[in-house]
Amino acid sequence: MELKREWKPLTGIFIIFIILYYLPIDSFRLRNAITESLSLAKWYAREHVVLCLIPAFFIAGAISVFVGQASVMKYLGAGAKKVMAYSVASVSGGILAVCSCTVLPLFAGIYRMGAGLGPACTFLYAGPAINVLAIVLTARVLGPEMGIARMIGALVFSIVIGLMMQVIFRNESRTGTDTKVVLPAEQPARSLGQNVTYFGLMVGILVFANWSESAGPNSNWNIISENKWIITAILGLIFAVVLIFWIKIDWRKVLTVSAITIILAIIFNDKPVIPFAAAAIGLSVILSSEKGEGENWFDATWDLAKQIFPLLLLGVLIAGLFLGRPGGEGLIPSRWISSVVGGNSIAANLFASVVGAFMYFATLTEIPILQGLIGNGMGKGPALALLLAGPALSLPNMLVIRSVIGTKKTAIFVLLVIIMAAMTGIIYGAIF
Amino acid sequence: MKKIMILGSGCARCNKLYELTKEAIETLGIEHELTKVDDIQEIMKYGVMMTPALIIDGEVKTVGRVPSVDEIKNILIS
Repeated sequence: MELKREWKPLTGIFIIFIILYYLPIDSFRLRNAITESLSLAKWYAREHVVLCLIPAFFIAGAISVFVGQASVMKYLGAGAKKVMAYSVASVSGGILAVCSCTVLPLFAGIYRMGAGLGPACTFLYAGPAINVLAIVLTARVLGPEMGIARMIGALVFSIVIGLMMQVIFRNESRTGTDTKVVLPAEQPARSLGQNVTYFGLMVGILVFANWSESAGPNSNWNIISENKWIITAILGLIFAVVLIFWIKIDWRKVLTVSAITIILAIIFNDKPVIPFAAAAIGLSVILSSEKGEGENWFDATWDLAKQIFPLLLLGVLIAGLFLGRPGGEGLIPSRWISSVVGGNSIAANLFASVVGAFMYFATLTEIPILQGLIGNGMGKGPALALLLAGPALSLPNMLVIRSVIGTKKTAIFVLLVIIMAAMTGIIYGAIF
Repeated sequence: MKKIMILGSGCARCNKLYELTKEAIETLGIEHELTKVDDIQEIMKYGVMMTPALIIDGEVKTVGRVPSVDEIKNILIS
């Protein structure tokens, strides 16, 4: 045996053996943690998959297919106006960076061949935080105010950090190359109005289907929550019409699926999840049998789902095991967590943002982890600090960033992110 | 001999492009040298910001998407 080459599997096997050998299977804490972990996964499966994640995946897939990425890149190019470059960089993560692994090449590209250091840093910070999936799931699991705070926090501070980087390093000459950027071909364009209607309908379906039952005795909101399924159904029907006329999907297929959905809605009128799931499955079947845009849309959606679902499931199981459900307790005792990141002290916020900056979170897994931490007494301020510092940075991607912009700039960037995230956390924690 | 390169930062879509390209090459039976580039500095040299990208003989053919096997075949023949 060559120890040099085989040490990795050997160590792995040895560690697993030791863990199993000493596994305290009778311990109440461990058994309870396993129950908590599975219960949390069940809760996600019941509450979040059909109504929230699946439509969000369809929207994210549609963005990557239907929104002309080349048109966005125009504003991040070398000759772009500064104001435009910063504002586009802060929001374009939602369009360009649906998958977290695309953030780094874009960052390097904007720095080297495009608008320069400031907008590149703005993009890097905002990108992972403002994609549709992240915002939707944050709002659904951690509450709407946390979702909105995450979005606004990411947008505002991405611009601040970008500008500060530009100011700090204003004297450095650009190390840009003269390489010409190769852009993807422009998609066949629909008018802006059509695109807005199309995405508006999808977002509308997502929002109303997930409308919370009752927000209190306030009458206006109750009208919406009582009729949310009727609103969702109407939006769904309009969407079916849009599919036929704008996306050029075969009308017979759309009609068949709509009819099945309506029949199911009448039969199971107390279980709206059933017709909703039927409509989603129907849409998948239609799209995958189409050629052209429809097929591309389904492929993009499926690629994302295939990539993210396993990671999310693993994230939920692990978060459940260590942290338990809200109100429950996993392997880590609650008092440890509340003593470190409870309340809204400066130390707690700083600790959360430092941990967030260095730890790696696979796409979306930051959400179940935070849910567990909050359930164990983490303050709302530190939670937001972790959300803001977390997905933008991790130790592995710091190394890639360093290879692009050098050690000094990377260090300053990381420092700025940590300070900003902690400050936003303190402000948020003081308000809510 | 064609020098074919797949640029990508190691994401699922990049691996998919690599597999599809391999499939296209094998069915066409052309002599080739297929490499995968995941170093971000190298990727930048080709002016590619959106991965995955397909490079043939130093020329960027597709960026930011995974083309179908048939499309890759057409690109290889032309």
